[in-house]
Amino acid sequence: MRIRAALGSLLLLAVFLSAWQLATLPPPTARGGDPEYAALLGGRKSGLPAPAQIAEAAWAQLKSPFHDGGMNDKGIAIQLAWSLGRVLLGFALAALVAIPVGFLVGMSPVARRALNPYIQLLKPISPLAWMPLALYTIKDSSVSSVFVISICSLWPMLLNTAHGVGSVKREWLDVARTLEVSPVRKALHVVLPAAAPTILTGMRISMGIAWLVIVAAEMLVGGTGIGYFVWNEWNNLSLANVIFALLVIGLMGMLLDLGFASLGKLVAYQE
Amino acid sequence: MAVRVVSRLHEDRVVSGPAESPVDRMVETAVARAVLGRRGLLRGLGGGALLSAIGSLFPLAAAKALAQEKGGPPEKKELKIGFVPITCATPILMADPMGFYARQGLQVTVVKTAGWALIRDKVLNREYDASHMLSPMPLAISLGLGSRKDLTYVAAIENINGQAITLHLKHKERRDPKQWKGMKFAVPFDYSMHNLLLRYYVAEHGLDPDKDIEIRVVPPPEMVANLRAGNIDGYLGPEPFNQRAVYEEVGFIHLLSRDLWDGHPCCALGVPDSFVRENPNTFAALFRAIATATAHAHDPANRMDIAKAIAPANYLNQPLPVVEQVLTGRFADGLGKVQNVPGRADFDPFPWHSMAVWILTQLKRWGYVKGDLDYRKVAEQVFLATDARKRMAELGLPAPEKTYARHQVMGKTFDPAKPDEYVNSFSIRRS
Repeated sequence: MRIRAALGSLLLLAVFLSAWQLATLPPPTARGGDPEYAALLGGRKSGLPAPAQIAEAAWAQLKSPFHDGGMNDKGIAIQLAWSLGRVLLGFALAALVAIPVGFLVGMSPVARRALNPYIQLLKPISPLAWMPLALYTIKDSSVSSVFVISICSLWPMLLNTAHGVGSVKREWLDVARTLEVSPVRKALHVVLPAAAPTILTGMRISMGIAWLVIVAAEMLVGGTGIGYFVWNEWNNLSLANVIFALLVIGLMGMLLDLGFASLGKLVAYQE
Repeated sequence: MAVRVVSRLHEDRVVSGPAESPVDRMVETAVARAVLGRRGLLRGLGGGALLSAIGSLFPLAAAKALAQEKGGPPEKKELKIGFVPITCATPILMADPMGFYARQGLQVTVVKTAGWALIRDKVLNREYDASHMLSPMPLAISLGLGSRKDLTYVAAIENINGQAITLHLKHKERRDPKQWKGMKFAVPFDYSMHNLLLRYYVAEHGLDPDKDIEIRVVPPPEMVANLRAGNIDGYLGPEPFNQRAVYEEVGFIHLLSRDLWDGHPCCALGVPDSFVRENPNTFAALFRAIATATAHAHDPANRMDIAKAIAPANYLNQPLPVVEQVLTGRFADGLGKVQNVPGRADFDPFPWHSMAVWILTQLKRWGYVKGDLDYRKVAEQVFLATDARKRMAELGLPAPEKTYARHQVMGKTFDPAKPDEYVNSFSIRRS
């Protein structure tokens, strides 16, 4: 059954790729006229590159992933490392704020009511909309992109932490109270394990968003990173490289998500 | 479409505060004496007030930088210079692989940047020491138009000519601008020669650029894709994106910018005042590197080598044939002809004050600057022509005697001595 499903998947892919390849074959135009003029043109291309061209572009990139041809020409692995670094840094900063604040909001109804209007107001702001303000005040483009990542990963983590902490079973808290457990111990040994799966789900959502946003932020700010790579190849109208980069971004996002999914399994529990 | 900011020039002084170093003070005193003739006046009025009064007439910072520079080693050797990937940046780019920076003892990293607003912000934030800018940008930044106000100089012009109007292939039959009503055009930035020249061109043909056509700001690299997608009907854009549209067979070259104004400035090396004051020797070295690179680029014999040096991914990231067609002036026009126009793109570093005055008259004409404008004062503060002439003479490069010249724009003479009359001579204008 599994093997048949896998075969089916592969067959679909093969059909899709060959249809694509056929659809993007260059039209057989016999161009008359001045040969010098024709030589000065790029040769008519259809809008989308063929799969073979993408494979070629991918091979050229993967052959030397650590290639460093100067400030504006770096290999795909170096660009990925830059993006990952920014995402992890922004994500870690967000976690430092979101988890404690989430705890507070979850445990204290007063804090929840006091903070709720601000959270509701700030949450729907598109992370990229912060960029001009960040550039103007922080005055450093890489710090600005880390800031934007933090802002966008903050909300899911905060809200999920608050929700997880808020929905710890009453009975468990009552038991803790009866045993006169200190508040710190209660937080670490009762609330945290109980809320951990929800918190990790929040982190997983945040990481997904952060990875979506970094590409856009780097296209805007430039310099380094996978988003810059996409922008630079778009400048050159090299769609083959752009599509290759999209595949890399998708793959990386999937790996990050899988990582958090397996972390989530570690803290899951059955009641 | 534009960010319109009211600027009152006469109220603000772009010049810096009192002098910090003895040399600065000496220069200030010398300038004060030269301007006023009498020492008594200096005592009577009080130094600061008087100096800022003079500063408004005379580019003090530049004079100070000139005097402080003793031909010593550069204060700062490692520089970051921003650029937008267009052939206007040729001197700034080629100076890296062809060793013009290294010969002046500088280690320069040229950083590709996504658009002009970002270039402006990165220079204002001092992430870049200097940058490739559109020549109206330092004027706008120094006046505080569309940004925080910050005195920024045009140390040298990079390129003259080398732009074009590209139209979508479907407009092959619409070569007369009178038929362009309702069409959408792109320019790289509000404060660009492209915007000013496109407005001038359509207005000369009786169209009001604010009412009869739509002008949008699109970063140069995205122009071809937008033209293909049909979001715009054409653009007055920088190379290689006009030639690239022909290469991709989506557009044709309607007109070269040299047909509007032969010898018009386009991009410049923009340097903030603080950098010039803090690093006079580095600034001098940077100027020499750019001026010699520009002179090298001026020679048609070198153009093929330059195209090879700047086409790779680290610089323009463009197919070599496209860059070659731009720089040599032998190109496919998109209408089936090979044209031969050697002066299509050219390079000349001299920042004429009269060019700055022309730009200011157009900014005034289209309402980017409101209120009274002291054209010559601003031009002389921002365009370092006097400074450039001295340094070019030292390098043995031909430099003109005067800093003002009359220019011919679409057959009409521009007299820099009469800017207000020039503005008022146009029937289509916002002021």
